[in-house]
Parts: sequence; C-alpha cells; structure tokens
Amino acid sequence: MPRLTLPKDELVSKGHSGCAGCGATLLARLCLKALGPKTIINSPACCWSVVQGVWPRAALKVPVIDHAFECTGAVSSGIRAALDAKGIDDVIVVGWAGDGGTVDIGLQALSGAVDRRTDFIYIMYDNEAYMNTGIQCSGCTPLYAWTNTTPGGKNQEWKQVAKKPIMEMLISNGIAYGATVSIAYPEDLVTKVKKAKTIRGTKFIHALSSCPPGWKIPSSKSVEVARLATQTGIFPLYEYENGAYVLNKDVKTKPVEEYLMSQGRFKHLTPAMIAEVQRRVDEDYAALKAKCKGAGASG
Amino acid sequence: METYRDLPQSTYSLQTTESVRTGTWRTFRPIIDTKKCTRCYTCWKFCPDVSIEVREEGEYPRVDYDHCKGCGICANECPTGAIEMVREDSIC
Repeated sequence: MPRLTLPKDELVSKGHSGCAGCGATLLARLCLKALGPKTIINSPACCWSVVQGVWPRAALKVPVIDHAFECTGAVSSGIRAALDAKGIDDVIVVGWAGDGGTVDIGLQALSGAVDRRTDFIYIMYDNEAYMNTGIQCSGCTPLYAWTNTTPGGKNQEWKQVAKKPIMEMLISNGIAYGATVSIAYPEDLVTKVKKAKTIRGTKFIHALSSCPPGWKIPSSKSVEVARLATQTGIFPLYEYENGAYVLNKDVKTKPVEEYLMSQGRFKHLTPAMIAEVQRRVDEDYAALKAKCKGAGASG
Repeated sequence: METYRDLPQSTYSLQTTESVRTGTWRTFRPIIDTKKCTRCYTCWKFCPDVSIEVREEGEYPRVDYDHCKGCGICANECPTGAIEMVREDSIC
C-alpha cells in the first residue's frame, strides 16, 4: 500500500501569506512536522513575520513570539529561562530567522546564546538576501549574485565576496549540533530536526530555501533549483556533532553552471566567473570531504 | 470594545489563516490524472501551501482549490507527469 514518508500532522495552516512556490514556507511546514506541537517559535523581522498572516489570524498552530531584528538568540535564551523557572522541560524552543537576521543583524545575540549554551534549536532559513524588504544583499548572498544593492551595471558591481561561513563560525563558537538541510530532501530534513530535538545545548540548522522572486526563477522550479544546489556541491548536506563531520548526501555530480544558469540573478555571469565559482566549490567540497574522512559518509 | 482599556493586554490570534482564500491568487490550476498517479505522494510532500490533501494513506491525493496558489511545484516534481497545469480562464 502507498505510504506517506513524512509525519502527517500539519502545523502550518492553509491560507498563509507566503508567495507561490515559497521555499521558506515549505521549510517551516517540513520542520514543524519534525518538531511537533510542543514547540515555541520566536522570529525576528523576516519573511516569516509576514507569512504568518494578519492579526487576528495566524498561520502557525504553535505559539510564536515576534521581536526586533537582532534579538533571536536573546529571546530564545529568555524563553528557555522562563520554561526552566517553571520546571517545564518537554517544550522545544526554536529561533526561526532568515539569513540577514542571522549572519548580519542577529549574529551578536546568536553568539551570546551559543556562549551561554542555551538549550534551543536555531533554524536559519537561507534565501540568500533580504528578500522581505525587496532583495538587498546580505552576508549570505553568494559570489557574483545580483541583488538590488549589488546591481551590476557599468562597473560590474555584483556581490564581490563569498558567503559567510556561518556554520564554521558557530562550530568554533561551541554549538552542540550543526546540520545543513534542504527543502529538496525532506526525509533527510525531518531526520536531522528530530535528532536535534534529542540533543542538549545549542543546535544550529542551516536550511537552504529557494525564493522565486529573489532568485528570479519560476515558482514551479523552487524545489528543483534547491536540489541542484546540493547536486552541484554548492550546498552540501552534512552534520556536525562532537567534533565529527558526517556527509549525508554525497551527490555532487553536476557542474555549477547548471545551477547558476537556472536562475535570473546569475544570468550575467561570464565563463570566467563560472569557472571561478566552480574552482571555489570544488575546493570547499574537497575540504569538507577531508573533514568527514573516517566518519563514514553515507547516502 | 469601547476604549483602549478594553483591548487584550497582549495580542493573540483568534483563528488560523484557513479562512483566507488564497486560491484566488492562482493563474494555473493543477489537475491530477488518477490514471497516471501512482500515489507516491511526492506532490503532497513538496506543497508549500498545504493544499494537496491525503486524507488516508492509500487514497489518491486531492487538490484544495480554495487555497492552492498554483505555483506548479507539484506538476514539476511529479515523477510520472500525472499533474497538468491548466490556465484558469480556459476552464470556465
């Protein structure tokens, strides 16, 4: 008999305000399937503060706290402290922030929460720019990408530097568990979020979530492009725990050109630029594989 | 509520967004061909709008046209090509 491969319960309501084909909404739906109803989410100004809908309606069937842009780490620590004071230990605290609210504006508060070893899960949904305010460049925007603040033009002013290595930064900061997940691999995503629930300490999940208007892709290609990111090695799926790395999906088979050329934000790239991206991806992927060596990669 | 004193002390939601008919956003309507469908539920898995319904395992998936925004991920991901995107104005 045909079976569902994911938990059936839906904790995201229909009728939310996300764009058609939104990767971040799909991500929330999949993550909440793994997290379950005993979850408190807090999120800063980001796409999700809009997707939740307009009062008096709410799209999430779990409690949500909205707060200022830079506070995700601090508010998560606060909720956990309040739960501890009340003696509640079966509720999961989740910080849910976009890439700008994590690697740029919220970095200090997140670093503080990791420093305090706050017991919570931080999920960064990475759509690679400030999409909610109209596609401005963030620390997570990839090399050579077009955004409204890196518009190119005569002086070729595309994004000039690579993405911030946020996972490496937080691993040196002292997280208990780190994982990258993608909306294109839902079973892997649910397994990792469920695993994060069982670990004490700060858990960081870096999730790639495609954005049709910001990446300039058709809404129907949202999942396909996210899958290409993993298949080209641009966004490898791996886990970090107790000093060891595990590569979950060793599926790097395609050239980066296929991923880059599927999106309007990279359409200006010259063959030399594509070769440079390929060189960097190959280097990073080899370095990651070297770190995973001995840990027994599967997938 | 007459004055600000009658407002609740903090904001809380009174209902879910289910009453918002996001189906009106749609330009293309997904139509599932049950002859080609193998019930793998890939469409259900990838729907960002929670609009593909599987009431019981073993059933064919159904589309909730009140909420489906017509993004087309289901048609793009379907391994057997059982979902077709049809323009709304060609239907009625």
